[in-house]
Amino acid sequence: MTLLYEEHLSGGGLWSAVVRRHSVLRLTDLEGGVNAGLMMWNFAQPSDRLNLPDTLKAQHTAKLTRGHILMSDMGRALASIITDTAGWHDPLGGHANAVETLAKYGAKTYQEARNDWHRNARDNFLVEAGKHGLSPRDLHANVNFFSRLDADEEGGLAFHPDHSATGSLVELRAEMDLIVVITTCQHPMDPDPAYAPKPLLLTLLQGGPPAADDFCRTFRRENARSLALTERFLAHPSSDP
Amino acid sequence: MSTLKYHESPFSPGQAIVDHTIGAGDGWMHLIKAGQTFRILDIEGTQAADTLFYDAADFSNRYCAQSTIRRQGALYLTTGTHLISSEGDTLLTITADTCGRHDTIGGACATESNQVRYSLDKRWMHACRDTFMLQLIKWGRGASKADITHNINFFMNVPVTPEGGLFFADGVGSAGTYVEMQAERDVVALVSCCPQLNNPCNGWNPTPLRFLIWD
Repeated sequence: MTLLYEEHLSGGGLWSAVVRRHSVLRLTDLEGGVNAGLMMWNFAQPSDRLNLPDTLKAQHTAKLTRGHILMSDMGRALASIITDTAGWHDPLGGHANAVETLAKYGAKTYQEARNDWHRNARDNFLVEAGKHGLSPRDLHANVNFFSRLDADEEGGLAFHPDHSATGSLVELRAEMDLIVVITTCQHPMDPDPAYAPKPLLLTLLQGGPPAADDFCRTFRRENARSLALTERFLAHPSSDP
Repeated sequence: MSTLKYHESPFSPGQAIVDHTIGAGDGWMHLIKAGQTFRILDIEGTQAADTLFYDAADFSNRYCAQSTIRRQGALYLTTGTHLISSEGDTLLTITADTCGRHDTIGGACATESNQVRYSLDKRWMHACRDTFMLQLIKWGRGASKADITHNINFFMNVPVTPEGGLFFADGVGSAGTYVEMQAERDVVALVSCCPQLNNPCNGWNPTPLRFLIWD
């Protein structure tokens, strides 16, 4: 795959881009233990956005890994997870706002700390989504890449420590043009009392369309149907699921 | 097994200021004032109630499934669960529950997700998301699809396994089961009486829901 560009995102940072169809967005955990909160929208019709409940129930999963497709609330494939060396990404924990971040880490304002201040994921999502004309009502449940929560038999959730190793990476193939927003604040259930968010390497690569025998397309019949709905939306010839 | 937090209500239906029943496939949108108690009653059993809540003063401050899960550190909703908004406020608190387990990660059925889950030719079948759309459009005041966020499925069981699997179990409410919650501020409730016929969440037979409100 041809490299389009590469960008370093510091811990607690915020980033967004329009990722074109069949480009591949690679996220790399540079130091281990990064959390990459992510939201995405259909660039052509942003009311069509990532829907994690629909994504999870269609694929009978409460975690995300290679083979899974991130689906919109219109049933469309937004992005496919084509590579994953971390093995588990959290779709349940969400993100912390300013109040939660202050309560957990204490105050560190821009006035006193300049760019070492404590950012929070909610405000980062609002700012980056806002740059694309999106409002708080357009936000949705986010994925936390490189983080894992363990559920017990009664539904209790616990943060899984030391989940992502240095160098672990995940690759998302855009199945349509997307608005993608990422923030690198710590996972909201990370028990570490210190504000110590880790950096992320963002790499955009020129990929290609999923083949008929593509791993994500054939992972489940639901995935083939979701890709077919995207192809219908884009008025491309539908594959036969 | 889930720890059931069975807790009966002290309220009697005769004293309710609102007592309203809707059939399967219908929706209901209603203001619940701060301090009022709202009951959803599964009249005949195994009926899912797909439910959203909004801060009546600001619809962008709405029920948030992930915040609710995170705040209690657990997936399933029952007595004592605070229903948390996208801005971190408690909208309502569950005060009584004769079912003991409710889902908030399964989302609502939609005509398009039915196409993905079952077959591309299933789009004609009625679904909760269409009910949400119609109720919000009729509500007006600028409400739109952007307000349809990830909902609660009262009386539904969507177990998550320690390995990260997820599946839809049969509906868990028996006839007369109810869940009750007290509003912590003025909220608007939006409920779809789920019409899903493609899986057992309504016991293959969608039936009516009854709503009661007490001061």
